[in-house]
Amino acid sequence: MYDIYNFVTGPLVWVSFAILIFGSIYRLGSMYALAKKKDAVSLAYMDWKFSFRSIFNWLIPFKALGWKKNPVLTVVTYVFHICLLATPILLSAHIIMIEESWGVSWWNLPDATADIMTILVIACCAFFAGRRLLQKDVRFLTTGQDWLILAIAALPFITGFLAYHQLFNYQVMVIAHVLAGNIMIAAIPFTRISHMLFAVFTRAYIGSEFGGIRKAKDW
Amino acid sequence: MGIQERLIEDVGLREGVSRLNEDSIQKTVNAVFQGETGARLKAYAEICLRCGMCTEACHFYLSHDKDPTYAPAAKVKQTIGTLLANGGRASPDQIYSMAQIAYSECNLCRRCVHYCPVGIDTAYMMITMRRICHKLGVTPQYIQDTAHSHSATFNQMWVKDDEWTDTLQWQEEEARDEFPDLRIPLDKEGADVYYSVIAPEPKFRTQLIYQAAAILHTAKIDWTMPAEPGWDNSDMCMFTGDFEMMGRLKRKHFESAQKLKVKRIVMGECGHAFRSVYDVGNRWAGWKHYPVPVVHSVEFFWELLTQGKIKLVSKYPGPVTLQDPCNIVRGRGLGDKLREVIRILVDGEIVETASNREHNLCCSAGGGVINCGPPFKNARVAACKAKADQLRATGVKTIIAPCHNCHGGLDDTVHKYELGMDIKFLGDIIYQCMERPEA
Ligand code: SF4
Ligand code: SF4
Repeated sequence: MYDIYNFVTGPLVWVSFAILIFGSIYRLGSMYALAKKKDAVSLAYMDWKFSFRSIFNWLIPFKALGWKKNPVLTVVTYVFHICLLATPILLSAHIIMIEESWGVSWWNLPDATADIMTILVIACCAFFAGRRLLQKDVRFLTTGQDWLILAIAALPFITGFLAYHQLFNYQVMVIAHVLAGNIMIAAIPFTRISHMLFAVFTRAYIGSEFGGIRKAKDW
Repeated sequence: MGIQERLIEDVGLREGVSRLNEDSIQKTVNAVFQGETGARLKAYAEICLRCGMCTEACHFYLSHDKDPTYAPAAKVKQTIGTLLANGGRASPDQIYSMAQIAYSECNLCRRCVHYCPVGIDTAYMMITMRRICHKLGVTPQYIQDTAHSHSATFNQMWVKDDEWTDTLQWQEEEARDEFPDLRIPLDKEGADVYYSVIAPEPKFRTQLIYQAAAILHTAKIDWTMPAEPGWDNSDMCMFTGDFEMMGRLKRKHFESAQKLKVKRIVMGECGHAFRSVYDVGNRWAGWKHYPVPVVHSVEFFWELLTQGKIKLVSKYPGPVTLQDPCNIVRGRGLGDKLREVIRILVDGEIVETASNREHNLCCSAGGGVINCGPPFKNARVAACKAKADQLRATGVKTIIAPCHNCHGGLDDTVHKYELGMDIKFLGDIIYQCMERPEA
């Protein structure tokens, strides 16, 4: 058990981060090369001002028409993404581990808050799953990969919650948690989670088109 | 529910798919994917979250009892998405339904862009599907006929060269009763304004050329119209996916203006033609913007009215509502100018529809859908129900629609949903209300 723990928290973490970093560089680089080769007619219209204008306006909750017309989904989406990113980075247990091996640390969330945020992430995932099952249009769109990324996002939080509260076998849960976290990190560049990498650019592009060519808002 | 239950017989689609098999389809599809698309399509296909946020954007979905197969992302899934997932393979029957979706169930209006958090342009996917269909030879018959006309005559309506000049001279003669020294100057070099129209004007709506001539004459504009091909600014090839021909059309249009050394092109009240010159055709032909300045008649009328070149003797009785044409409002930001023009022309308020300006609902005719002809008419008008509800809710009697497509589409809509509303071009109103110096 201890060996497995050492392996998943040691070499496997390195592997996951290597996949994340080099995978992302590769994905972004090859996408850019492809865009240069095949989408010159689109790239020519990219514009910093309109790119940021679009990104900025879409970051504000309820500003874009899409946010306005899907209010519940909007709240869930913001809560989900904020908790998903903030909880692991600001969790005291994670920071302590990093401090032990690297000597660096930063501000952490109170454990009780982190616990609530974990529950929120799980609840949001349950909401997304419910939509996929019950809402007709979303059900029609859903593919296997959508379930996969939902599971990839939910599992680190579910296992983390169980481990933190020492439910079931603690050691097994911790290992499962670290494993799930590693999978999530490594999955970013090569699954639909890659929207983390590419959405900035698709948003920037449509913002440039709308701002520069169509002289209209895209939110 | 689903495309299979709503298939429409169209001879162009039927004949087209009858010549195909799975291998030939795959070859063509992959040639388009590999040769003509790139990072845009790849990124869109990969990161679409299947979140359904765009669903509520589309008037097809809203008008069809929330049938999920009409949602924007669902249309992508059933067309380009399926082709990508299957390595470009599809059966001829599948291509038939994909063509119906791409040509007749999406107006390329881009309203869904305002709903998508990651900025996916569904219209781009639909136009890529049409491109594939064009290369497969699977196009609705009516719109293909206009595309053929473009390649044979450089205009959309098989108007022959002598018919074109005849029509202009006929309108000039008619107008002379009212404006004794009115001219429609042909091929005048160095004029300030080159006035261009879409081919349905000389063919069916000659009164619009009459009105434009009257307005230009009254405003004392130094203007001209070309006597030779190039005069038609419309572009059905953009909508069929015949991009080679689209490029030739735009080049012809601009070259005819360049040959006459005009200062700028003023385009009539049409949306799709405008899209073709600033967004699509120009790029294909290699111009980042365009080689000759182009303005839409909304901008031009705005100039004439605010600079006092046209004075009014009366105002059009309001209140009115207005149809924001996708291609000039969401597509070109003319919403404010349009409202300013209407405020000058109309006595009474503008009662806005529930969705307006860049968030407007499409008239369900644009994007070439109305041009797919009678087989698809009922389906098209059915998709305008959401719009009809919004129009009815304004409670007014006049719709101002500065676009031929909107006009045609709303004509059918007003009729079908018994809205009892009049539809006006800006030119109609200006012509009716302007001061006539010679009268
Ligand atoms: S019709 Fe308009 S809103 Fe509907 S899918 Fe096409 S572009 Fe999007
Ligand atoms: S809103 Fe965008 S990401 Fe969501 S389903 Fe529609 S196209 Fe895909």
